[in-house]
Amino acid sequence: MAYSDKVIEHYENPRNVGTLDKNDPNVGTGLVGAPACGDVMRLQLRITDEGIIEDAKFKTFGCGSAIASSSLVTEWVKGKTVDQAMTLSNKDVARELSLPPVKIHCSVLAEDAIKAAIEDFKKKREARSVKPTAS
Amino acid sequence: MKLPIYMDNHATTPLDPRVLEAMLPYLREDFGNAASRNHAFGWKAEAAVEKARKQVAELIGASDKEIVFTSGATESDNLAIKGVIEFYKAKGDHIITLKTEHKAVLDTCKRLERVRQERLDELKMLRLSQLAERDVAPEDVPELAAKYRIEEDAQYQKWAALPTGGARVTYLDVEKDGQVSLEKLAAAMTDKTVLVSVMFANNEIGTVQPIAEIGKLCRQRGVLFHCDAVQGLGKLPFNVDEMSVDLVSITSHKMYGPKGVGALYVRRKPRVRIAPLMDGGGHERGMRSGTLNVAAIVGFGKAAELAREEMAEESARIFRLREKLRTGLMNQLDMVIVNGSLEHRLPGNLNVSFSYVEGEALMMAIKDVAVSSGSACTSASLEPSYVLRACGVEEDMAHSSIRFGIGRFNTEEEVDYVIRLMVEKVRKLRDMSPLYEMAKEGIDLKSIEWTAH
Repeated sequence: MAYSDKVIEHYENPRNVGTLDKNDPNVGTGLVGAPACGDVMRLQLRITDEGIIEDAKFKTFGCGSAIASSSLVTEWVKGKTVDQAMTLSNKDVARELSLPPVKIHCSVLAEDAIKAAIEDFKKKREARSVKPTAS
Repeated sequence: MKLPIYMDNHATTPLDPRVLEAMLPYLREDFGNAASRNHAFGWKAEAAVEKARKQVAELIGASDKEIVFTSGATESDNLAIKGVIEFYKAKGDHIITLKTEHKAVLDTCKRLERVRQERLDELKMLRLSQLAERDVAPEDVPELAAKYRIEEDAQYQKWAALPTGGARVTYLDVEKDGQVSLEKLAAAMTDKTVLVSVMFANNEIGTVQPIAEIGKLCRQRGVLFHCDAVQGLGKLPFNVDEMSVDLVSITSHKMYGPKGVGALYVRRKPRVRIAPLMDGGGHERGMRSGTLNVAAIVGFGKAAELAREEMAEESARIFRLREKLRTGLMNQLDMVIVNGSLEHRLPGNLNVSFSYVEGEALMMAIKDVAVSSGSACTSASLEPSYVLRACGVEEDMAHSSIRFGIGRFNTEEEVDYVIRLMVEKVRKLRDMSPLYEMAKEGIDLKSIEWTAH
């Protein structure tokens, strides 16, 4: 299959590959996909208390489009607010990378990863705001 | 060394320059139709075809009278299986094959199953319309209804046993190493079994099947034995008599000959009969009508001759290269798993899974090397290779597999280059893989609840 130049560029020079400390209360981790399906995406966002995404890192097991999709969204979400990031849709990713129909799945995964990471961050915050009762 | 490197010799092989030389006259001045019996152009073409027929026959220890030229192995597989089922329908309609066979065999079998089902459905409709014509509606008279039901069942049983023009098919599982179990094969045979179809060597994992043992078993049980031998011919010795095969599919382009030409071996003693797929001028003793592709057949013959003469030496050299590649990769990378038997294997085949790296992403990383991937990410189905799955390879590992096919024109220098490139790229992709990181941390990936899509 012929990939678009943008997919190849992101695949060859992926942005923001790496790992953030998942125990950091300001880091949300989203892990989506399944090894049996051939793609697993892990997206981590460090979010300030004001709700600004100050860092994003990814690791992806998957085809070139999956790697490019995750690399692209790490670039996009950095500096955005949580609410802005939540509005990112897979269609934006698919359009930007000119993904063929059979690869739309990869962009869906990228959208899901953002949502899962933000969800994880919100859960952590809720847990923090609930003061543990003395036993 | 020239880039890109071709290492996908199971898909097809380059034309040997000696084969091209042999073909050229038949594309130029000697263009006659081999069926033209009344002039020199025809005689010359016919002589060339008959020489090629001998060359192909010699590769498998057959007589030239047993070779039927076709357009390739897909046609040969279709002709063998459909031809036998059609011709022997009075004897039985059961086929046994393996889940790891080529699609040309599996899909042919599936069509025969559909044909049989359609025929049975037609018969059932006919029966129902006959019943509808009876004077008394069976539901009005309970005793009659019971009697009719028994009659109907008996009739249906009789029809089910009638020759239908289709077939019932058993698709046997293979063992973990890709080989068929002879016990399972024997157990699957019934008195209605007319054909067993098992390939010589697998196109994905290179597993070589115990053809002589299967042949012996089939002979004992009076069952015809078809072997799709395309991947193994010219690489390993094959003899139709020693192996007791009745029908063999052969193709030219896997042995450095041209594409679009192949052959079916059809045994003469004891005689095997097949119904033709195509009607027409009655070429190839009526089994395959159509004007012969003389130049391609000449090339096929030359390719078969070269394969026979050079097999021993060439296979030994290719085997050394394959082992160099295998040990080179496995010594420098952890978690590399070879798919399929190492012992019963084509010399040039290496099918390996690089854990936690997706096959297609890896292929993209080594775009200067032409290989094939068991990952199905490029296809609409997204299902990984059915051959790997049939060998019990887990889906995630099937998505991580790469097939190398080393051939006549690969060099040691190329293998060295491929090892260096693979090691570098697998490491790069693993650094990017969340699964590799988790595995390194000792997390059991099976314990995680994945969000499957």
